[in-house]
Amino acid sequence: MGWLSPPNVRPAAGERAVCNWDEDSLTLGVEAARGCLRGQHPPRAVTLASTTLPFLDRSNAALLATALDLAAGTETLDVTGTLRAGTTALAQALRRGDAMTTLLVASDAREARPGSQEEMDFGAAAVALLLAPADSAGSGPVLAQVLATAHLAADFVDHYRMEGEAFDYALEERWVRDAGIAKLLPQAIATALASAGISAADVQHCVLPVSAAAAQRLVRAHGLDKAQLTDTQRAACGEAGVAQPLLMLAAALEIAIPGENILLVGFGQGVDVTVLRVPANAATGQRPLAAALGARREEKSYTRYLSHRGLLEVDFGKRAERDNRSAPSVMWRKSRQLTGFVGGRCSTCATVQFPKSRVCVNPACRASDTQEDLRLAELAGRVKSFTEDWQAYAPRPPAMYGNVEFEGGGNLLMEITDAAAGELAVGMPVRFVFRIKDVDRLRAFRRYFWKATGR
Amino acid sequence: MAQGIRDRVAIIGMGCTHFSERWDAGPEDLMVEAVGEALTDAGIARDDIGAAWLGVFFDEQSTGKSALPLSLALRLPNIPVTRVENLCATGTEALRGAVYAVAAGACDIALAVGVEKLKDTGYAGLPERTKGTFEDLYLPGSTAPGAFAQLASAYGARHGFSMEQLREAMAHISVQSHANGARNPKAHLRNRITKEQVLAAPMIAYPLGMLDCCGVSDGAACAIVTTPEKARALGKRDFVTVKALQLAPSNGVEMGHQSWDGSYTLTTRLAAARAFVEAGIAKPREAIDLMEVHDCFSITQLVLMEDLGFSEPGRAPHDVLAGRYGPDGAIPCQMDGGLKCFGHPIGATGLRMAYEIYLQLLGRAGERQLAAPSLGLTHNLGGIPNRNVASVAIFGLAA
Repeated sequence: MGWLSPPNVRPAAGERAVCNWDEDSLTLGVEAARGCLRGQHPPRAVTLASTTLPFLDRSNAALLATALDLAAGTETLDVTGTLRAGTTALAQALRRGDAMTTLLVASDAREARPGSQEEMDFGAAAVALLLAPADSAGSGPVLAQVLATAHLAADFVDHYRMEGEAFDYALEERWVRDAGIAKLLPQAIATALASAGISAADVQHCVLPVSAAAAQRLVRAHGLDKAQLTDTQRAACGEAGVAQPLLMLAAALEIAIPGENILLVGFGQGVDVTVLRVPANAATGQRPLAAALGARREEKSYTRYLSHRGLLEVDFGKRAERDNRSAPSVMWRKSRQLTGFVGGRCSTCATVQFPKSRVCVNPACRASDTQEDLRLAELAGRVKSFTEDWQAYAPRPPAMYGNVEFEGGGNLLMEITDAAAGELAVGMPVRFVFRIKDVDRLRAFRRYFWKATGR
Repeated sequence: MAQGIRDRVAIIGMGCTHFSERWDAGPEDLMVEAVGEALTDAGIARDDIGAAWLGVFFDEQSTGKSALPLSLALRLPNIPVTRVENLCATGTEALRGAVYAVAAGACDIALAVGVEKLKDTGYAGLPERTKGTFEDLYLPGSTAPGAFAQLASAYGARHGFSMEQLREAMAHISVQSHANGARNPKAHLRNRITKEQVLAAPMIAYPLGMLDCCGVSDGAACAIVTTPEKARALGKRDFVTVKALQLAPSNGVEMGHQSWDGSYTLTTRLAAARAFVEAGIAKPREAIDLMEVHDCFSITQLVLMEDLGFSEPGRAPHDVLAGRYGPDGAIPCQMDGGLKCFGHPIGATGLRMAYEIYLQLLGRAGERQLAAPSLGLTHNLGGIPNRNVASVAIFGLAA
């Protein structure tokens, strides 16, 4: 789009993370949450923070909890409406008095008008944190403790997006910097630092999800060192909306050492400031952000990107006219299977199978009503056969699918995503990811299932 | 102990339309055309038929559900008509109904009709369809070529063939089918092609190119069956009898159990073994004179040579290239062009295969007539390798 707006394109550097056609803020959130919960006890509450949730009215957090196969008693909450949604939810979860662990997922996949500054800046990302009140019994090593929080509400409209609109409307960056960030942040930061009983000089990592120019001013105003600024990750994945401050927090935690303090700021019609400390017995050495950034695939086609985002209407042929009506009664009846990827394991012969069925599929067994629930999502898989199908409708042709065998047995014909023609092979190891399965354009509905990927 | 169907039912008349993109004809035209030929062949009147079976796969697309399409098209005298559907084995399933009715003594003469009108979709390939309210929610939005293409990757991996080696054998199959189809006036595709054309054709679903895929055709085929006694009473001297008619549907093993590696069609093996027992054939490789198999795609025909027991495991590509299944080979295959070139109007296909065996056994196959065959086999694979309905039928001259 350089022909349209050279000033936008010329200063752009680095990369931005974009969704594949079958990803959205929910699927990104599920993926982040799976990494966060690996080896942990399941949380009792789930908060999903985003300004781009796929459903305005249908609990996205409940859908996410089902995809994670969390217990039915899990408390779920969607938080939205501001880029501070994640930092506010963080503070609220920690303020609970009932020792309840909360999974906080901050995710955003904001759309941008072609040629806009936002198109150059925005990245799609999700971050998940597992939170527990400090007095909760039995919690293991932690990454960071919250020392203090401070909040400020201000209807300072640096950007907005009305109901029904696809894109943000952003105001002048210089005004936002001078009249907003420079005026509102210092007050909240000072309050939080005072509450934590530390000074600005005691802060080793400043998470300031604002422009570089605005961050510089804040650093000067507080007598901070520029080296204390945490990398915004803008060059690595773009500006990630609600996920941005927590993404930067993850970056800070990857390099922080015990005893260091972190200042976490959320900005969006007000300010959230959280002061954290990495404790002496901190769990260190985890690098989930580096791993996520490393698992990249380049999108080399701008028109394909536009098509995936719904910004370019291309001719997918008559097969794309298929009516993808869903039967909600079936979706509910099979909810754990479809959303949680829970199959069956025969208690008689141990055969793994999907879908879970009344009669065991093992030809040597065929026992009735012997299948116990078994979550397949976290198992390893292996490609047994595959094709690249140019006839089937696929938003990203060719449609790729194949027979996949699960570790420990069981077989399913599955879609294979995040792969290009020529990349698949028999015997290839795969893992499973929660993705958009089909889109029902007639009824404006999106349904999800699990796919295999070699990544 | 059940004695099976061997020699209990005679085929006294058959009909088959020209398979093609029949822009001029609807399903009723196709049924009238095929049944007219069969009635003339059998030398009976329409009102001699006691019961009928109608096979249609894409019901809404094609001609509608129930007995009505056939009863209405032929203005049958309100005799019982049963509509059957068993994926690509639908035509054979219709024949099975008629044959069983005669064997049971429920009627003297029964009619089996298979019909499919595919070319009203407005686009190439088979019509889009739902897999059902649950399966649509998790199975890939696959196509027939994509589902069958899986066989190639799994077969190559299992038997140590590179895709280039496999594609060469597959191309040989398509070239042979076109050569056979060129000699069949009722075939959809009658052009000869070269191996180079097959390999250079646009990719449909890797590794299947366009010329690895069968035709999507309109057509109808039918059979009139009765008891051997009635056949003789009608003045028939040489006639064809049903030696075996077997069906084996998947029960989930291929799709759900790790024991299947994706390189073969399990149900074909089961149906074939039963059919050979029913027909009393101990050595199929020596006994079977010709066959019509479900070559929806070149790779399907290749693996079927092993599944039916005619090639040793891992040897089908060699046997194919050596001409074992060509017109001059040990067991000629797809003498009429097969699904590949005769065409594949799904509901009619099983009966179209029987039609070719019938013509060959009676010495009426014209330019492509083989030298005095006495036993022929037909095979359908309805569905996809992951789960399907396989049928194997064997026909021979009456003793």
